[in-house]
Amino acid sequence: MLRYLTGRILGLLPTLLVIVTLSFLILRLAPGGPFDQEQGLSPQVRANLDRAYGLDQSLPVQYAHYLRGLLHGDFGPSLRQRDFTVRELIAQGLPVSLTLGLAALLLALAVGIPAGIAAALWQGRAPDHLLSGFAACALALPSFVVGPLLALVFALHLHWLPVAGWQHGMPRYLVLPAITLGLPMAAYLARLMRASLIETLRSAYVRSARARGLGAASVLWHHALPPALLPVVSYLGPAIAFVVTGSLVVESVFGLPGTGRYLVQGAIDRDYPLVLGMVVVYGTLTLVLNCLADLLYGALDPAVHHA
Amino acid sequence: MPEGSPDRPRAWQRLWRRAGARTALLVLGILVALAVLGPWFSPWQPQALDWSQLAQPPQLGHGHWLGTDRLGRDLYVRTLYGLRLSLALSLIASGVSLLIGIAWGSIAGFAGGRIDGWMMRVVDVLYALPYLFIVIILTSLVARGSLWVLLVGLGGVGWLTTARIVRAQTLALRGREFIVAARATGLAGGQIITRHIVPNLMGTVLAYAALTIPQMILFESFLSFLGLGVQEPHASLGNLVYGGAQEMESAPWMLLGPAAVLVALLLCLNRLGDGLRDALDPREY
Repeated sequence: MLRYLTGRILGLLPTLLVIVTLSFLILRLAPGGPFDQEQGLSPQVRANLDRAYGLDQSLPVQYAHYLRGLLHGDFGPSLRQRDFTVRELIAQGLPVSLTLGLAALLLALAVGIPAGIAAALWQGRAPDHLLSGFAACALALPSFVVGPLLALVFALHLHWLPVAGWQHGMPRYLVLPAITLGLPMAAYLARLMRASLIETLRSAYVRSARARGLGAASVLWHHALPPALLPVVSYLGPAIAFVVTGSLVVESVFGLPGTGRYLVQGAIDRDYPLVLGMVVVYGTLTLVLNCLADLLYGALDPAVHHA
Repeated sequence: MPEGSPDRPRAWQRLWRRAGARTALLVLGILVALAVLGPWFSPWQPQALDWSQLAQPPQLGHGHWLGTDRLGRDLYVRTLYGLRLSLALSLIASGVSLLIGIAWGSIAGFAGGRIDGWMMRVVDVLYALPYLFIVIILTSLVARGSLWVLLVGLGGVGWLTTARIVRAQTLALRGREFIVAARATGLAGGQIITRHIVPNLMGTVLAYAALTIPQMILFESFLSFLGLGVQEPHASLGNLVYGGAQEMESAPWMLLGPAAVLVALLLCLNRLGDGLRDALDPREY
């Protein structure tokens, strides 16, 4: 098992290298440079700036330099936010983004799974229709519409919660962002759970468990639910990617000091090291978490064996 | 002729029989008609500033029907122009991503072996990244503010799933008798793909395409919301919602009008896509 695990994680390295290389190439080949927007920059100063950041060297040299830095955990300096290295910037924002992502994921699981179970148990009746309609709406509504609307109602009109801001992660400030980010995931999970539980409840072993005279609750808990949860586990991988992109918008809506703004602002400013650093950090995070979700699936599903 | 064609009228009938899909189609028709014809009914221009009517709430009669923004621009006309842009962009981007996806998937599936392995490996690698990263990196290739940014970014991501679906279908078709017969007559690989394989997978691809369009609208408004897509003074549903969210404390109508249109559009397209998939999917019946 351990050998399988290390093998899987090592297998991610080539993928990561390809991603970094491609991003590096595309960003450097793109027209426009990080210092284009500065007014009245004399050619002399510009040349000095380029030299200071190593931008005057040939592309392969820059690439080799960048990779060498990465091996030491050095993402280079930010080109636009002077006096900050990319590592410092990401280290500042990452805890905020991770807190938000985790809160949203937990909320989605806590709401989506019970809702899906309820819809499956009342299949075709009022609660099912209500929940399915709600889920369809939650899936169609983009987070940048839901976020402002929630803020409009719960912060500006009812004054229950703050409109925006972070305040060192005080729970009050986390509620609306986490709901905005978690709602579509909860809806998707509910749909997944409903479909999978309905299918399991029809299966032969559930029928035989009933035939043995087990109570409805016991059949649900011990026989139907464990296998029905498998699709939920396999959704965890895509959910991670969803949280990463979704938090970009949610952070922007609620003015949270997460990492999302670095990616967007970095792309607008052509701050190459910052965007690349984000790609490396989030690429690694997504790949590793996806891999772990796969392993969890393998551990839970008796039909999968890791040789 | 494609194999699916005798079924197609029945698929449409099945779609029409669903009340949800019928309503969605109707609302969608109204939205498209509004996007095309709507601005003509209003005396205002999308970028004209009305200094006497800054940030006015909606008024009926001969005023601004959805109110005005901070600069006195009419929000009814701007929302419809935004809707028009979103629809056009998403259709083109879906078309581009379908073309790339069909070409990539059918070539990989038909070639098989090592070529297939490498081509699908590329798709896997791109799949591993959150799509927004790819879009943001791709958008840096083109000057900011041009519409090409969106087309490149959106088309460049949307093809991944299509490529996978098409490849799987091609693999299934490759061993069928009519393909073997085409090969035996000495037809070149490219011609087999365009004449025999692609027409046969159009049914599946179309059902998927219906779900691509709302996704593209969502991506477009998402990027415009973040400031990476359509730029002022042009209106798109994304940057209108962004502008509205900035002002919602004092002028909620700036958010509510564009947001309502965007939500209605996405809901209808999703409902229609689901309906189309069910209608084309024989397992449901």
